[in-house]
Amino acid sequence: MAIDKATVAKIAHLARLEVPEEQQEHLAKELSGILGWVEQLGEVNTDAVEPLRSVMPITQDWRADEVTDGNRREDVLANAPAQQDGYFVVPKVVE
Amino acid sequence: MSVDLHRLTLAEAKKGLAAREFRAVELTEASIAQMECHRALNAFITETPEQALAMAKAADERIAKGEAGPLEGIPIAVKDLFCTKGIRTTAASNILGNFVPPYESTVTKKLWEAGAVCLGKTSLDQFGMGSANLNSAFGLVKSPWTRPSDAKPLVPGGSSGGSAVAVAARMCLAATGTDTGGSIRQPAAYTGITGIKPTYGRCSRFGIIAYASSLDQAGAFARNVRDSAILLQAMAGHDPNDSTSADLPVPDFTAGIGKSLKGLKIGIPKEYRVEGLSPEIDRLWQQGADWLRAQGAEVKEVSLPHSRYALATYYIIAPAEVSSNLARYDGMRYGLRVEGRNLTETYEKSRGAGFGDEAKRRIMIGTYVLSAGYYDAYYVKAQKVRRILVNNFRKVFEEVDAVLAPTTPTPAFRIGEEPDDPVAMYLNDVFTVTANLTGLPGMSVPAGLSSDGLPLGLQIMGKPWDEPTVLQIGAALEEAAQFNTLPYGIEARA
Repeated sequence: MAIDKATVAKIAHLARLEVPEEQQEHLAKELSGILGWVEQLGEVNTDAVEPLRSVMPITQDWRADEVTDGNRREDVLANAPAQQDGYFVVPKVVE
Repeated sequence: MSVDLHRLTLAEAKKGLAAREFRAVELTEASIAQMECHRALNAFITETPEQALAMAKAADERIAKGEAGPLEGIPIAVKDLFCTKGIRTTAASNILGNFVPPYESTVTKKLWEAGAVCLGKTSLDQFGMGSANLNSAFGLVKSPWTRPSDAKPLVPGGSSGGSAVAVAARMCLAATGTDTGGSIRQPAAYTGITGIKPTYGRCSRFGIIAYASSLDQAGAFARNVRDSAILLQAMAGHDPNDSTSADLPVPDFTAGIGKSLKGLKIGIPKEYRVEGLSPEIDRLWQQGADWLRAQGAEVKEVSLPHSRYALATYYIIAPAEVSSNLARYDGMRYGLRVEGRNLTETYEKSRGAGFGDEAKRRIMIGTYVLSAGYYDAYYVKAQKVRRILVNNFRKVFEEVDAVLAPTTPTPAFRIGEEPDDPVAMYLNDVFTVTANLTGLPGMSVPAGLSSDGLPLGLQIMGKPWDEPTVLQIGAALEEAAQFNTLPYGIEARA
């Protein structure tokens, strides 16, 4: 699958990544190269094969529904790019 | 005596500390001196010498009281992908740049409880994405090795390049790494040391910054097989905080070391004789098979017929998981924020500025293969081939106990001579990704030198949860290979 510049812009937006226009052409070429190469998997017959989602057959345990952590507001906020009065400060979300 | 402390193996250092021949503080000071001496290699993103000395002092007190843990007073380095409480953790990225975790990863918590001393956080390819440690926001890392014929710097491999260099250049006795597609085994091979990735689920992933969660696994670097077994022992075990960590007893990883290989069957996968495999690595591989045979193992050719598809499978599954895992970096609660005109633009600018080129490439590929209309053709297809790869190994393990292969197709390359084409760069991992896709334990052992004097590694892959056999075979290779060449720059200082 060859990827064009417009597709790069679309994927970049889906991934919320700013990709300057002057880099889009080059990236389109690189991504096309990678995708063209992985398409070799088309040679493998997988008709009767179930997709593998978990590599080790580990049964997941239940645990008691108990609070084990919390009341750590200072810790949670410690790395915030912006904070005020014990809250994260974020750009306006609702117009 | 003290000038040579940094050259001790971990097992020797343990003995010396127990016999009170030297103190943990002296051992730690020797490591810190080496870190300063080799700072030009850029192995560390954050050095923590003061903390190290405080931890060493506490270790000396516990040793004096007879309360020594299994790693008491042993100076180690930690890949900067493990969260360490109160110590900056960057994943070698700008987006996490000054992140200081408010909690400790389970693996490092266990190491400190065992008495280990933290020398600092080592560099890596950003988020673990790379095979040469050229993708770090904190500058590239140089191998302590150069070809004897010139002094041009070589890559240490990646992604755990900083940890590998710290061990190879005798800055620490051992180091942690993580391995998603070869990120422990490949740099271990390039720098002439030992590296093991255990079975998926053996070590907790809690507090390890996620790259590709179904493939990521913590592991150990050391200067020999026994030392890597000792470090791994302290890292392994079930953790309720990681639902994929295995609730299984952890065997004694050193149990098989030094034992005869009589009764063991070892497979040579014929499909690993790929195009681009250096002839001298091919010869070393044959030599390795002969060494194992001479020590009593039965060595036979086996077939893993779908091996050639492993790398392409990896480069769909890993980026898909990257696009999902790295979606959390949005510049809101931690990490870099670059303000835009609105929320969406703030996300885009923060992520655009915070991620390096390779991380962006993988996020884009992952987003594409998971997007509507392509999900089945790429992602589900790769999951199906992944099952076939697992079945290939299951079948081979009906015949043999482990598999022997090269770790890398070539020795380390010079900085600046890396391929421009991302796909050509990915070929570094052609022999290592399979163990991640199949969850199997794998280790690289230094086995010889190339004609231009660079270390070469051989890889052993074992059955699920059978690290002891992998380490037993690794020790047998080590015994036969007698690899004891030091990096030439280090040798010169002796």
